Amino acid sequence: MWDERDVSEQSRVRQFEEAVLPHMDAAYNLARWLTRNDHNAEDLAQEAYLRAFKFFGSFHGTNARSWLLTIVRNTCYTWFRENRPQELTTSFDENIHSTEADPFDPEKLLLQSESAQLLKQALEDLPMEFREVLILRELEGLSYKEIAVIAGIPPGTVMSRLARARSRLKQHLTNLVNKER
Amino acid sequence: MTCTDIQAAIHGYLDGELDAVRNLEIEQHLQHCAVCSQTYNADQSLQRAIKTGSQYYRAPAHLRKRIQSSIRQVGKSQRTLPVMPWRWLAVAASVVFVVILAWALIPRGLDAEQLVAQEVVSSHVRSLMVAHVVDVMSSDQHTVKPWFTGKLDFSPAVKDLSKEGFPLVGGRLDYLENRPVAALVYQRRNHVINLFIWPSSDDTHMRTKALARQGYHLVHWSKAGMMYWAISDLNDTELQEFARFVQASS
Repeated sequence: MWDERDVSEQSRVRQFEEAVLPHMDAAYNLARWLTRNDHNAEDLAQEAYLRAFKFFGSFHGTNARSWLLTIVRNTCYTWFRENRPQELTTSFDENIHSTEADPFDPEKLLLQSESAQLLKQALEDLPMEFREVLILRELEGLSYKEIAVIAGIPPGTVMSRLARARSRLKQHLTNLVNKER
Repeated sequence: MTCTDIQAAIHGYLDGELDAVRNLEIEQHLQHCAVCSQTYNADQSLQRAIKTGSQYYRAPAHLRKRIQSSIRQVGKSQRTLPVMPWRWLAVAASVVFVVILAWALIPRGLDAEQLVAQEVVSSHVRSLMVAHVVDVMSSDQHTVKPWFTGKLDFSPAVKDLSKEGFPLVGGRLDYLENRPVAALVYQRRNHVINLFIWPSSDDTHMRTKALARQGYHLVHWSKAGMMYWAISDLNDTELQEFARFVQASS
């Protein structure tokens, strides 16, 4: 027996699959960078997808990727608030390992055989608010406007947050490179 | 502008988020200021290192399956609610209503353009979903064009548009409108553009038309007996710009 819910549910599933499933890499990538753990990232990406499906009726825009990433971020933040609230507040004290006199030298980094690994570690060590804008900008290639919506900050803040994120990343990377030797 | 202003705005410059006037101001400052240009170069290298350093985590295949089946599960459970026996009469009445509704919902009479658009969207989505965007991966038009020889009964024009900001990524065989077609893949930042080309059934010249479907933008036209369909999640303006470059080169 079929009823009207049958028809509309099937087409809803199909529409959702066509509009939102293609962005699974973006969803997983963001969840993975926020949680820094494969297992949690998979669970949270799945939870975000189920939430997205539930609220698909309220999606009328054209930018499914940004819409999904907003949900992924919210899902992750909720999880952190409930399970690891300290990670949302812990800020990373630059002064402890600060080496102001040693400016960032990209050539030095590129000479390292494990440069990609070092960069990964440096990004993972950044506080969440800086890590997320860098991931959305450099790995997703999103515009400032899209980042502002996803991270829930005013558009004018995106540039200054990226500036601080990059400066912290450079400093931390310099410290890691120096420690390696 | 002072160095302090520049240091803040460098990031907008680096990310291509400033207007032309501000861009120019920064360019001019960087030419003369060694300190700011050093910062800029370092930030640029850092950006390149992040983008090209395989830092992107792709969703594992098992997660893809898991998510897809959980959505279908939810979709199914939402429509199998228990029906109480006393409601059978109401159910019978609604069946009549529903048959009429379902009949009304079946898509009919879609015009040819919409049918092709639907096929183009599906092809594009499929190419991204199965991570099979290209069969021949090359930014060299002289590698991609000959690759199609012997695979198609026509020879598509292949032009690298790197200089125009749309580098060629490669090519792929696809199937649209019941025939094999050429799919050229271009990139704009992180956006993939699929350009489908096949011979048209008549020789008419059709002007560029743009449409949007399921969050994708599409542009299509015909020229010199060939049909062209471009699709991407890129914004409309840039996709139309892409179409103009392709038209100018073919």
